Amino acid sequence: MHSAFAMSWRQYRLERRLFWRNPSAAFFNFLLPLLFLVAGGVILHGKQHDLNLLVPAIAGMSIMSTTFTALAYNIVFLRERGVLKRIRGTPLPTTSYFGGIAANAVTNTAVQLTIIVLAGRVFFGIGWPVHWDELIVFALVGVVSLASLGVAFAHVIPNFESTPAYVNAVFLPVVFVSFFVFENKSAPAFLVTIAEALPLKPLIDGLYGAMVTGSSLSSNLDALAVIGVWGVFGLLFAVRGFSWEQSRT
Amino acid sequence: MSDGAPAIEVRTLTKRYGEYEVVRGIDITVQRGEVFGLLGPNGAGKTTTVEILEGYRERSGGEVSVLGHDPAKRSIDFRRRIGIVLQSGGIYSHVTPREALRHWAGFYPHPRDVEEALTLAGLSDKADVRSRKLSGGQLRRLDFALALVGDPELIFLDEPTTGFDPAARHAAWETVRNLRDLGKTILLTTHYLDEAQELADRVAIVKDGRVLAIGPPRELGVGGSHYRVAYRNREGELVELQTEEPTAVLAQLTSEALARGEQLEELSVGRPTLEDVYLELTADA
Repeated sequence: MHSAFAMSWRQYRLERRLFWRNPSAAFFNFLLPLLFLVAGGVILHGKQHDLNLLVPAIAGMSIMSTTFTALAYNIVFLRERGVLKRIRGTPLPTTSYFGGIAANAVTNTAVQLTIIVLAGRVFFGIGWPVHWDELIVFALVGVVSLASLGVAFAHVIPNFESTPAYVNAVFLPVVFVSFFVFENKSAPAFLVTIAEALPLKPLIDGLYGAMVTGSSLSSNLDALAVIGVWGVFGLLFAVRGFSWEQSRT
Repeated sequence: MSDGAPAIEVRTLTKRYGEYEVVRGIDITVQRGEVFGLLGPNGAGKTTTVEILEGYRERSGGEVSVLGHDPAKRSIDFRRRIGIVLQSGGIYSHVTPREALRHWAGFYPHPRDVEEALTLAGLSDKADVRSRKLSGGQLRRLDFALALVGDPELIFLDEPTTGFDPAARHAAWETVRNLRDLGKTILLTTHYLDEAQELADRVAIVKDGRVLAIGPPRELGVGGSHYRVAYRNREGELVELQTEEPTAVLAQLTSEALARGEQLEELSVGRPTLEDVYLELTADA
């Protein structure tokens, strides 16, 4: 049982256990998007067209918060605490470590999407997703892409105290621009260009197609490509720039 | 690999950060089963040297062999055979020592029994307490336990007792002695002289990235330094003489005193302690 896969599995199980033992992390991952959903649902009550937009938008934001935000926080914390350095000194293969972390992010996203899909069906009248396969493809590519961007971004953050500032400086504007452009057909052209180039808006487009309109995967390939390109960029920097130790400066 | 080859061989090791040379040509050889101490003031290059041997840092120059491996290559086989107690290595806050050790044991092909590791590190009674609730000393025991759960041949201890109260230090020393009795090779860095004296078979005194002296702590510097003969004279002042010939000096002192019908109060003859050698060597010129 010392294959890289078996070690990934062990790491995954540890990550799951740690996740549930840290109530605040569980809160941010599951409850916060739900609160947004509930708040949006209350405001947009009776406006089905708006609710149709709200649910996939929250789903996209949730994927970003469980992957990009959560991983940036975690990696910086573990790096500053010296946990990463300690792991680095063991025979655990790097790929197994990241395999466990990625599987953990996939699990969190799956749980969260399940909650959102159920809420959409039960409370927001948007029915079951039209294309499950498309939903899964977009969710998976989104998770890998945004998770690797989170790991890569952790490298830029100098210490744990400054993590909220750094993460929010990226997360909030991206969410704002993406939501605004997604919900406003009359958004200024430059904002549309920016939103289309960032990974969140294409992700929401794909989820919207899969969950609501039923536009096929093949018609959303350009959106998938944008997320994919960010993923390649993220993976490259996650691997090349990764620092196992807190710098002493 | 029990062919008698040394556990660690370091030749003219150097490490530069930009213009600044932290390690300036260190040579050490550590035999298997030996407890070897790197002793020196803060900033001497001890941790840099150890982290090169552990595979954390790349050297700028020189030859390094650890258990027959070049640590810079960080091969899995190499990492399976070493255990590391970092100067400051953290652990997940929401995990208990027993869980952490079970997880860590899974990294190694022939791990030590988890309960045994807990006992060796003196952590059995805190095995199910989440690490965030452990004291500094208990976390250090967890460091030890995690380093030895893979049953490594070679264990690195980087300042293992810095910041400890005396009781915790003695407990940590006991663990190190237990490991030595198990036949493990141990490389220890410390800036505590008593720790080096207490634990190490041999010590290298390091300063400014160079080895100033090397040998068993009790013999270190005996050749170069002098014996010390001290007594209190008639005026009550403490007189201290340094000599290569203590017998002759004593004969002269005692016969003169006897001739005067006096006592030599507080007469003592001492070999230079590790502390004397250390202070002499590391004093700023």
